[in-house]
Amino acid sequence: MKYSYFPGCSLKGTGRAYEESLLPVLKVLGVELEELDDWNCCGATAYMAVDEVKACVMASRNLAIAEKAGHKELLAPCSACYLVLNKTKHYLHESPVVEAVVQKALRQANLTYSGNTPVRHPLDLLVNNVGIEEIKKHVKHPLKGLKIAPYYGCQIVRPYATFDDQYNPTTMDRLLEAIGCTMVTYPLKTRCCGGSLTGTLPEPGLLCSYILLKEAITRGADVIATVCPLCQFNLDCYRDKMKGKWGHETIPDPRNKDARVPVGPHLDIPVVFFTQLIGLAFGLSEKELGLQRGFAPMRKPACAQRQSAAA
Amino acid sequence: MELKRTIKYESDRVKGFGREVMSVPGCEQLEHCIQCGTCSGLCPLSIFMDYTPRQVMELTRSDFKTEVLRSTTIWLCASCYACTVECPKQIRITDIMYELKQRAIHEGFYPKRFPIPVLAQEFYKMSHKRGRVTENFLATIMFLKTDILAALGMWRLGLNLLRRGRFPLKLEGIKRKSELERMMAVVDKLSIDALNNGHQTGGNGGRQHGAH
Ligand code: SF4
Ligand code: SF4
Repeated sequence: MKYSYFPGCSLKGTGRAYEESLLPVLKVLGVELEELDDWNCCGATAYMAVDEVKACVMASRNLAIAEKAGHKELLAPCSACYLVLNKTKHYLHESPVVEAVVQKALRQANLTYSGNTPVRHPLDLLVNNVGIEEIKKHVKHPLKGLKIAPYYGCQIVRPYATFDDQYNPTTMDRLLEAIGCTMVTYPLKTRCCGGSLTGTLPEPGLLCSYILLKEAITRGADVIATVCPLCQFNLDCYRDKMKGKWGHETIPDPRNKDARVPVGPHLDIPVVFFTQLIGLAFGLSEKELGLQRGFAPMRKPACAQRQSAAA
Repeated sequence: MELKRTIKYESDRVKGFGREVMSVPGCEQLEHCIQCGTCSGLCPLSIFMDYTPRQVMELTRSDFKTEVLRSTTIWLCASCYACTVECPKQIRITDIMYELKQRAIHEGFYPKRFPIPVLAQEFYKMSHKRGRVTENFLATIMFLKTDILAALGMWRLGLNLLRRGRFPLKLEGIKRKSELERMMAVVDKLSIDALNNGHQTGGNGGRQHGAH
């Protein structure tokens, strides 16, 4: 089946490793994508704070272009895009007044919106359309023994839990287990990463992200798997600052449970997109998957295990 | 030390503000808030807020416009929807926060160099003008407009991103910018129409601000 594909701004910029890994993985699985013609920014959370109606118009242009493209469904990998597009659909459905404005605006571009193109997330597509069994068939190098903290973030399960449980989502767990990984218990799965606050007000923003990193480390994870470019950025790119602020805090020593060690050095835990892990298991190279773009590279043991599993 | 009165007076209220907010599509349920505090308890940012989300709900409903629009709460809200999905009265707290942010921007109710509304507005401008957003440019503009020292402090991050190919050097944009412009003009015209028809609240798709 062929899907329309809405990459969004982040996947072309700071989060390009997500696109770089998503495309080849889907290709291996035989899922075809066609990038939306001349797509525009979805509006994210910031646009909505300035003008909600215009935010709806922005988002609906993409929905209308997708309808015109004629593929049944639209794939939106970025959590913010996924939510904004779905939220716009809800809005237009609920409020005839807003819908009338949007339709009028769309006519200026010879577009219309009928609401018939569902917006899907890659996790949803992989689990519910492609299927876990099919994915297992393509695994060449199972990532045996790699301990993962699965971090979903907020916007794919809230406020609409469309394809997964709102409190304890498991689609990513199941996918990563299928490629050989082990999930650690990670109760902060859907806690907020601070969103854009990390850039605007570092104190509260970074604290949100730091809590997530620290919990993953304490739980014994080797890697944090994310599904969202903003989450990935927040957890990956501000480690220097976090070390400066909280590096002296202590956590239980992984090697000796009676002792405590400073968290600082442990903060360099790799934070990757789930698609990068699937790509590794499919035998794609680190370079192809954009793994070199992370601030804390996947550590040797993780890669070595992959090699030995291959041997 | 500057001392401020902490008790609110009846005269601090801006009568009708609560009604106005509650007439915006999606914000109607606020009327039924039972002040249970679930939202405040769940909010990961509430420990930094001057008023908790629960307080903002009551202050809004009770017409304390100035307090609400000046609060840090509305800007600290990271739109994580944790409160919205748990509110026993189905109040869309996150959407109400959005509505309040819009009002604060339109009415100029925020400290001058406060980065969050500046970021929101720059984001708006860039996505409006170019159709797409290039995050690193956006962040740079925001720092220059709010805190140049912080911008200097970010050079290492910029360099690290650049080295990893995550810092695009050119601004993204769509091809059919004029198409987007025409679409937005429809919405702009709407606010002028609303002005001509006299200032009406509710029933006009939440474009009350246009009349100011
Ligand atoms: S959770 Fe809902 S009902 Fe309870 S205080 Fe917050 S807004 Fe009011
Ligand atoms: S949506 Fe905003 S107010 Fe609600 S819990 Fe999240 S940060 Fe707090």
